[in-house]
Amino acid sequence: MSKTEIKKSSLSISENGLEKKISSKRLEVLKTYKIYIGGQFPRTESGRYYVPVNAEGKKLANVCLSSRKDFRDAVVAARGAFGSWSNRAAFNRSQILYRMAEMLEGRKAQFIEELIQQESSKAKAVKEVNLAIDRLIYYAGWCDKFQQLFSAVNPVASSHFNFSVPEPTGVVAVIAPQSDSLSGLVSVIAPVIAGGNTCIVLASETKPLCSITFAEVLNSSDLPGGVVNILTGKVAELLPWFVTHMDVNAAIYCESDLETIKMIQEKSALNLKRISFYDKVKWNTEEGQSPYFIMDTQEIKTTWHPIENVAGAGGSY
Amino acid sequence: MQRIKSLLIIPDFSLSPRIDQVGVEERTSRFTKRSIKKETKLNGLKLVLNMIDLTTLEGKDTNGKVNQLCYKAQHLHDAYPGLPTVAAICVYPSMVKTAKKALGNSGINVASVATAFPSGQASRDVKIRDTKYAVANGADEVDMVISRGKFLAGEYNFVFDEIATIKEACGDARLKVILETGELGTMDKVRRASDIAMHAGADFIKTSTGKISPAATMPVTLVMLEAIRDFYYKTGKMIGMKPAGGISKSKLALHYLVMVKETLGEAWLSNEWFRFGASSLANDVLMQIVKEKTGVYQAANYFSVD
Repeated sequence: MSKTEIKKSSLSISENGLEKKISSKRLEVLKTYKIYIGGQFPRTESGRYYVPVNAEGKKLANVCLSSRKDFRDAVVAARGAFGSWSNRAAFNRSQILYRMAEMLEGRKAQFIEELIQQESSKAKAVKEVNLAIDRLIYYAGWCDKFQQLFSAVNPVASSHFNFSVPEPTGVVAVIAPQSDSLSGLVSVIAPVIAGGNTCIVLASETKPLCSITFAEVLNSSDLPGGVVNILTGKVAELLPWFVTHMDVNAAIYCESDLETIKMIQEKSALNLKRISFYDKVKWNTEEGQSPYFIMDTQEIKTTWHPIENVAGAGGSY
Repeated sequence: MQRIKSLLIIPDFSLSPRIDQVGVEERTSRFTKRSIKKETKLNGLKLVLNMIDLTTLEGKDTNGKVNQLCYKAQHLHDAYPGLPTVAAICVYPSMVKTAKKALGNSGINVASVATAFPSGQASRDVKIRDTKYAVANGADEVDMVISRGKFLAGEYNFVFDEIATIKEACGDARLKVILETGELGTMDKVRRASDIAMHAGADFIKTSTGKISPAATMPVTLVMLEAIRDFYYKTGKMIGMKPAGGISKSKLALHYLVMVKETLGEAWLSNEWFRFGASSLANDVLMQIVKEKTGVYQAANYFSVD
């Protein structure tokens, strides 16, 4: 580059005797963080947004302030995706979860950067992203194995072959943890979808950046649209709709606000939602992963299969 | 006298107005922007329910299926009393007797498709007998299909005569003429077919059989509604409209009502002049009505299976 070219880009203007220097610094193109519904990235139906800030008061981004109608649309998408997702071979679900981990690995740098923006140290951010990837791999492994562990052949006193197996409960509404905005998010989503459910997740209100970038990872990793839907917005506004919706079969809440927990318990009774409270789980430790998390959104179905007693000898088939 | 005379004058259908497709689409997009809330929405939803022709038109239909549908028509959602019934049950001619018996004196009409539905590829004799068979079995309404092949070949007189003949075969039954707009290709042709049908004696014009995609769309319906409006101004005779196929959500159904009201006026807002041909719309409307009443979003598995 020649000298004249460099000069062109930084002009000096004299105004009222003062020298003002106009910087040639490029304006940053800030990303709009949109929500994720049915494999698409729409803006919120309400047209509203909020601006989360970090501890230093720096504005992080414009983030959608989702409305109850966005949630309603997400439930429709999740219900639509449930049939084919739950009917997939467990092994195939496992492959898809593994693929999600691979794609997350490929975009590590972006997640680390976002975590640092949301007031994490570099070392902590790296650790959190690695943990999120490992956790996906962990649940990918469990996809086709938890059924054997939690199934049973039951002894019964009649000529029946009696067995119980876990089956996915349906559409799950998840309020993601407010801290651990990536590892916490992944830790609550993975067991739900590993078990064949579909879900609508409300991302961390204060730290929503990673959740939408994670949605982009999901969108490029063979996960069918509608299996995971991610909304951003205010917990207090959306939670009542999450727990009253008749087409939602289970709800997960990760904070320890007692008033809210009571409200969830009461309103979930409307259609007998399965509810789980993960307020004491430390997501950044080993404690944050277990096949029991998968079982929280499974229901045990028992089958009585008649068998015939052959001959008097007691042999049967 | 003037009015009747003008009915008898058969215009040159090749001179039917041309349609500005972009304009029509622009206009229809406006209908989706009306804000309909609370009580108005509830009344609108009930009106939609009352305008539905609950339909089953499948090769696998059985008496059992038709009986079940007739039961549903009379008991849409018993958990919630005071709901209107649907307007009619729409079946194949062979099921008319079953439907008539199952509906008894509930006030719900039996509509029967006829004239070699859905293709309409049969001789006129067969079509007339098909129609007479449906009417003899008790059909209150007949849904005929036009011969799209003949229409597209420009044989408008053939199409006109056919509709007129079927109208005669219907007797007292009301005749709905299915244009099958998905096969007509352009808005101009939709308008022309509408004009032919209305002049030939149709009581209703109907968009589609539901067997072809695209079925009913808002632009096509608007073109037909405008044809009805022009026909009304010209002759003083009201013609009904029935969009059919592809309308399965309440919100869309409300958009249609807005379109009818703003194109034809309040007079058309009853099931005597406007119908929805649909099978899954009823359940969605019911879900929305219960949502309006309870404030809680509903799930399909608390409602009847279609």
